[in-house]
Amino acid sequence: MKKSSTTVQEPPGAVVHRSTPPPAWQPRTDPAPLLPDPEPYRVLGTEAVADADPELLRRLYAELVRGRRFNAQATALTKQGRLAVYPSSTGQEACEVAAALVLQEQDWLFPSYRDTLAVVARGLDPVRALTLLRGDWHTGYDPREHRIAPLSTPLATQLPHAVGLAHAARLKGDDVVALAMVGDGGTSEGDFHEALNFAAVWKAPVVFFVQNNGFAISVPLAKQTAAPSLAHKAVGYGMPGRLVDGNDAPAVHSVLTEAVRRARSGGGPTLIEAVTYRIEAHTNADDATRYRGDGEVEAWRAHDPVRLLEHELTERGMLDEDGIRKAADDADAMAARLRDRMNADPELDPMDLFAHIYAEQTAQLREQAAQLRAELDASADPAGDAAGQGETR
Amino acid sequence: MTTVASRATRTGKAAKPATMAQALQRAMRDAMAEDPTVHVLGEDVGTLGGVFRVTDGLAAEFGEDRCTDTPLAEAGILGTAVGMAMYGLRPVVEMQFDAFAYPAFEQLTSHVAKMRNRTRGSLPLPITIRVPYGGGIGGVEHHSDSSEAYYMATPGLHVVTPATVEDAYGMLRAAIASDDPVVFLEPKRLYWSKAQWSPESPAAVEPIGRAVVRRTGLSATLVTYGPSLTVCLEAAEAARAEGWDLEVVDLRSLVPFDDETVVASVRRTGRAVVVHESNGFGGPGGEIAARISERCFHHLEAPVLRVAGFDIPYPPPMLEQHHLPGVDRVLDAVARLQWEADS
Repeated sequence: MKKSSTTVQEPPGAVVHRSTPPPAWQPRTDPAPLLPDPEPYRVLGTEAVADADPELLRRLYAELVRGRRFNAQATALTKQGRLAVYPSSTGQEACEVAAALVLQEQDWLFPSYRDTLAVVARGLDPVRALTLLRGDWHTGYDPREHRIAPLSTPLATQLPHAVGLAHAARLKGDDVVALAMVGDGGTSEGDFHEALNFAAVWKAPVVFFVQNNGFAISVPLAKQTAAPSLAHKAVGYGMPGRLVDGNDAPAVHSVLTEAVRRARSGGGPTLIEAVTYRIEAHTNADDATRYRGDGEVEAWRAHDPVRLLEHELTERGMLDEDGIRKAADDADAMAARLRDRMNADPELDPMDLFAHIYAEQTAQLREQAAQLRAELDASADPAGDAAGQGETR
Repeated sequence: MTTVASRATRTGKAAKPATMAQALQRAMRDAMAEDPTVHVLGEDVGTLGGVFRVTDGLAAEFGEDRCTDTPLAEAGILGTAVGMAMYGLRPVVEMQFDAFAYPAFEQLTSHVAKMRNRTRGSLPLPITIRVPYGGGIGGVEHHSDSSEAYYMATPGLHVVTPATVEDAYGMLRAAIASDDPVVFLEPKRLYWSKAQWSPESPAAVEPIGRAVVRRTGLSATLVTYGPSLTVCLEAAEAARAEGWDLEVVDLRSLVPFDDETVVASVRRTGRAVVVHESNGFGGPGGEIAARISERCFHHLEAPVLRVAGFDIPYPPPMLEQHHLPGVDRVLDAVARLQWEADS
């Protein structure tokens, strides 16, 4: 051991290394106001329903009934071979419908693949909305015309798009809010994290709307996250998290409206977790009996978004048998129109495969397009010459 | 046997030495000044001016809303750029290094490359993705990848790489002006290469997609791009001593590929060697060699050869000189082009 005489003498005026908080550290955001409520926010069956706009409640009911019917019709179309696949949002109609209704004309919706209903509720022609799932093209509409991004199949990858678009609009001084939809499984993706982080840093006018429907295909939420709730994830980014009963349509509408208002007024992004349930299997190609029991499904059927609202409106004398029948008839008529239109074969032009790769076709693609053209012409004219074709006719 | 003269020299304007990094900076600056929708974003591109200083001064001149230091997340950078482009902006994103661009790969392949097609042309994405690439700067692991084959294999992207100072300016201007996404690969070992080039009278912006003959010759064609151009020009000079008069084609654009210029050259010379730093197996050279063989078979005196990086992860800096194709390796390949059959 060295003796104390060997310790270095500090020169006069030197820094004294006394322990204090790190100099760069300072308190940042107070987490308390960002925390979600301990229980999902509800309107139906609570006193809050008295404050709800009766017109809105009726509108929500009509849209829920149509939405439920749309899901049933689309599922039927898969069985008839008219859709390649349909990821049903049955049981989640309150979320789908509310997401569409809270947006203004100039706002943007960023749907995931299970959100066809939200796209339709926003007003897009359902046949165009179903293009992806019919398989005649990928996106059947002009996203800019309708302010609806393409239905995103790679999970959560559309969230940074929503952030960038909202950020760009804000830089331009435009009054535009982006509402981005994602599922519980999608919250595990890196893009979810990056999008929320960018949005919070940039104070982008975005609403992140998570439908926690219990399952990512077969994997339950418990295997997806150890967070107190998905809404709690907001706190880590410095934005408010809100928890809502996803089967309570006026509650979802209210929480979304508040978040949209906050975004519009420059308050930045919000993360909303709607607790709901995927009543059907992941898609028509999935078998949900392999990973969940009937009891669980039955419990959620008793908490059905359409029936909950119907019950409330009936109890309050705002809806009677006639009204219920009228809503159902209206939905049936919508479904019949959809069925008729989907029963017509789409017009396909194989040459479209080359038409939109680049602004200007490359020489290589021109060659390949010519090859396909020649193959198509040859198969249309198996005799190999026009005269032969004329004779066979 | 002449090298193609630089345009700036030909115009006779006040040409003075400029680096490739300066020419790239100038391209962004001019594009931002002309078009308010051009936005630069990336890691350290603002206050610092980028780790290679390529965005130096842009934040000061145009403000942080136009040249933005983003959070450190490449998928987020490119993903938000997609959204910005959807709203009508023209983002120029910087990926800090080749190997750090990989987190953005999903955004690039699933969205950037496909958006125009999936929306039947209604949603083009005019995004420029700048990626410093390649080795030769003594970088430690993950700083020297030649990642062009990944991008070339993705339909919907343009993939270009300048090899000269004046091309750096002209091609970046063209990339930013393009209505399609462009992966703009910057050979980082050429960042400090200098040429007589005048920022006051920059070259006219040519559309993307044309190769250029950098040196005419009659014996064989070296087909190359980016960082390997200087190697090939040196090899061509050295080859004179062996009696070979080599032509050097600088591809500049890997997608679209200029078959016309390459084929015309190889048909003239009858022999070809493709030279690049990227790994040989599954690399660009295989595609290029196949295209040449398919189009020039009856003009060829020898099989098309490739000089490429070995099929190994990029080496540590003290060993990289063994991996990078150099003049000797190029000359060895030229020597194997079956000259004895000529005599």
